[in-house]
Amino acid sequence: MGLLSLAIWMPIAFGVVLLAFGRDSQAGAVRWLALVGAIASFLVTLPLISGFQLGTSAMQFVEKAMWFERFNVHYHLGVDGISLWLVPLTAFINVVVVIAGWEVITRKVNQYMAAFLILSGLMIGVFSALDGILFYVFFEATLIPMYLIIGIWGGPNKIYAAFKFFLYTLLGSLLMLIALIYLYVTSGGSFDILTWHKLPLSGTVQTLLFFAFFAAFAVKVPMWPVHTWLPDVHVEAPTGGSAVLAAIMLKLGAYGFLRFSMPIAPDAAREWGMLIIVLSLVAVIYVGLVAMVQQDMKKLVAYSSVAHMGFVTLGFFIFNPLGVSGAIVQMIAHGFVSAAMFLCIGVLYDRVHSREIASYGGVVNTMPKFAAFALLFAMANAGLPGTAGFVGEWMVILGAVKANFWIGLLAASALIFGAAYTLWMFKRVYLGPVTNEDVKGLTDINAREFLMLALLAVAVLYMGIYPKPFTDVMDASVMDLLKHVAVSKLP
Amino acid sequence: MMDNSSWMTMYPEIVLLVMACVVTLADLFVKSTKRTATYVLTLVSLGGVALLHAVYADAGQTLYGFGRMVVSDPMGHWLKCFATIAVMVTLVYSRPYAADRDMLRGGEIFSLSLFALLGMSMMISGQNFIVIYLGLELLTLSSYALVALRRDHTQASEAAMKYFVLGAMASGFLLYGMSMMYGATGSLELSAVLKAIASGQVNHQVLVFGLVFIVAGLAFKIGAVPFHMWIPDVYQGAPTAATLMIGGAPKLAAFAILVRLLVEGLLPLAFDWQQMLALLAIGSLLIGNLAAIAQTNLKRMLAYSTISQMGFVLLGFVAGVINGETTLAANAYSSAMFYMVSYVLTTLAAFGVIMLLARQGFESEEITDLAGLNQRSPLYAGVMAICLFSMAGIPPMVGFYAKLSVLQSLVASGQGFYLGLAIFAVIMSLIGAFYYLRVVKVMYFDEPVTATTVSASLDVRLVLSSNGLLVLLLGIFPGALMALCADSIVSMLAV
Repeated sequence: MGLLSLAIWMPIAFGVVLLAFGRDSQAGAVRWLALVGAIASFLVTLPLISGFQLGTSAMQFVEKAMWFERFNVHYHLGVDGISLWLVPLTAFINVVVVIAGWEVITRKVNQYMAAFLILSGLMIGVFSALDGILFYVFFEATLIPMYLIIGIWGGPNKIYAAFKFFLYTLLGSLLMLIALIYLYVTSGGSFDILTWHKLPLSGTVQTLLFFAFFAAFAVKVPMWPVHTWLPDVHVEAPTGGSAVLAAIMLKLGAYGFLRFSMPIAPDAAREWGMLIIVLSLVAVIYVGLVAMVQQDMKKLVAYSSVAHMGFVTLGFFIFNPLGVSGAIVQMIAHGFVSAAMFLCIGVLYDRVHSREIASYGGVVNTMPKFAAFALLFAMANAGLPGTAGFVGEWMVILGAVKANFWIGLLAASALIFGAAYTLWMFKRVYLGPVTNEDVKGLTDINAREFLMLALLAVAVLYMGIYPKPFTDVMDASVMDLLKHVAVSKLP
Repeated sequence: MMDNSSWMTMYPEIVLLVMACVVTLADLFVKSTKRTATYVLTLVSLGGVALLHAVYADAGQTLYGFGRMVVSDPMGHWLKCFATIAVMVTLVYSRPYAADRDMLRGGEIFSLSLFALLGMSMMISGQNFIVIYLGLELLTLSSYALVALRRDHTQASEAAMKYFVLGAMASGFLLYGMSMMYGATGSLELSAVLKAIASGQVNHQVLVFGLVFIVAGLAFKIGAVPFHMWIPDVYQGAPTAATLMIGGAPKLAAFAILVRLLVEGLLPLAFDWQQMLALLAIGSLLIGNLAAIAQTNLKRMLAYSTISQMGFVLLGFVAGVINGETTLAANAYSSAMFYMVSYVLTTLAAFGVIMLLARQGFESEEITDLAGLNQRSPLYAGVMAICLFSMAGIPPMVGFYAKLSVLQSLVASGQGFYLGLAIFAVIMSLIGAFYYLRVVKVMYFDEPVTATTVSASLDVRLVLSSNGLLVLLLGIFPGALMALCADSIVSMLAV
């Protein structure tokens, strides 16, 4: 069994064991087993980084076997510089989420933990699948655990949120399914994504394919104007669900643009690039402004996620190395930062049971350790140099300025909004005098919460101070992708 | 004419007939209220028959018997094998349910099921209009009786009546169409009919006229819009055991006669029947999915869902012959077969759960009856959820691959119209996802109304969990079943 297979199936196997044998009466054992599973699954992804060959854009750790012959579908896995970091990121966030749900979840603990473990395996599958159907199966299968996570452990309006999440994203992906089948037929019976990259396609076909993929990925990212599901879902989802959703699930869409839309329909991508750039800028600026007026902390962070993901799609479609690498760095950084932001909200919510900004004020007085962490993550969310949030945004803005000064200028303005809404929230929640009894009675974070936030803090700082390991691996792949996209595929 | 090889083609059916008589007679001497002896004898006989079919199918030979009245080919034997297993599974799920409802006073449920299966087998093997018709009648007559088995229950009797009247009318349609075909081609035998039509000497108008009736009759039997009216009423009104007996295994036989009549007999008219089936499919997907949303009764919802699923199966038939070329035929029909087999597998488990939850005097028919099932029994909630996700076409359940194959057959045709059909079908399955998800919601997100735990006897527990597991496993490893369907259809077309 290859490393990638192990990374996919190990968490799923632990999840299945938990489902089969876990009981609420042995919640303690269930939690420990889940943690062991999550950590083991994270550890097996580490050799991927150490064993990765720099300087080549070829797929690595490739595994290929016939899956079912009828449609020539292969169990084909591999990672390149674009997807490499997303695999350990997913496994890492999974560990954090298991820790985050430790005492908070008391009902059906085994199902909760199993859902996250299985989800993590499936998402790693999405990032490493090199076969269209295998990709689709993982991509869609992630909906099931997430639907259950939101619906079973979510807030008061969880049912609406769960349905909105499921149906919204399913609509997009069904059109993608037709596109995949079309490519299969056109390529003469192959679901191999790398074969599709080389397939010549006419202009109209490319445009149609581009928009079919766009339907799937834009909803997932989510891009303005199809982002409306995200705030609703984040508000209702349990803390862990929000963290995984923002940290990893949104990246499934962004990753899809790089793996499908751009290389398969390069001419259409170039033709419609401006549209995506405009939508991204709207996300960055308009949604940034929307974030500023939110009363609900989770909604605020959700809108801020949309704005940050706007940077990602912007970076992709300015078609220069700085932009694309910056966007990928931003994906990873946002994974750490958004997870941390949601977990911080979770820490407060567990104590006060309110997400309203107005219910807080002066938290720093009663929870100094926690406030320090929160400040760090708020700074990272605002893109302060020295934190993970800075690197990606900076690269994307540089890339954008290179491509077109005005795009760069508009994108840069987002840094101001980002700082404004994040810091303003921080001020209202954490600073100032203690405003009410709830806050007065707060106890600072315990060892478990400290550990979970510290893990993320280390990641955020490490990536901010020394981003080289992250950017090094992607160079070759990004250059190759851009070279590929620059060449017309019209027959 | 009746040499030894003729008998060879029908061995499993003969065994089945003998055992059906033996079971009927032996039951007279069974005293137990649970009919354990009859039950075991029935299952053992069916197991033997299924095994025989599997052996025949595996041999891969195509043999004709009794002057080409019947055929023994891999497709037929696989379908018969699956139908036999489906009947076995149905009986396992049904016995406790029937015992609670006074339906086991005699062993009719067993003998009627065996005769219904015999009817299905004849339909599947038929190579002759009359044989197919007789098989169909044997199946439907047994089914009428099964629906009416709960004598003192008004709803069931009403359902039986409705089923009988509409079923008889559909049989009339079918028979009328067959007689038109006979009149036009001068033969009852499918291969001769095919030859006569292909020669181009037969009046096309008469053929199409007959074809309309045949297609209408078939549409009635599988429950495609606009011939679907009986499905919701009968599914809801019949005792769930009988619902499963008509909604499960007979679908495989219905698929077989679609293939036998339309492909083996009337392929030269494909241009005409593909258009008709496309219309039926569009209607079924639309009405089935939209009407299912409004249902509060689970059986009724599953009935409408069946209608929409049959729309998908019909889509598998519409893209077989493009511009007179049959190069895509195997691809298309095998996707329809795969769809049908996976549909039956999923339906069995779904109704199995419904029957399991029903108790004495409590039918568990409303969707709200499933509330909080996850807290009462995570296992059965899981089985039901797997089935629902499979019907919605969400991977990694087998239902996804069924939809994938059918959509692939449409897109492969390269025709704009069929591509449009594929897009229409996926949008309809999005609507479908909503009502399947609603049931999952009730099971997982709502609080249970009753705290009673769900208990089941060992046989039900074992079969139901492996049935649910199979829906998932066939989704992870769909290759074997897909290859089986493709090979069967290829060998059927090759003759």
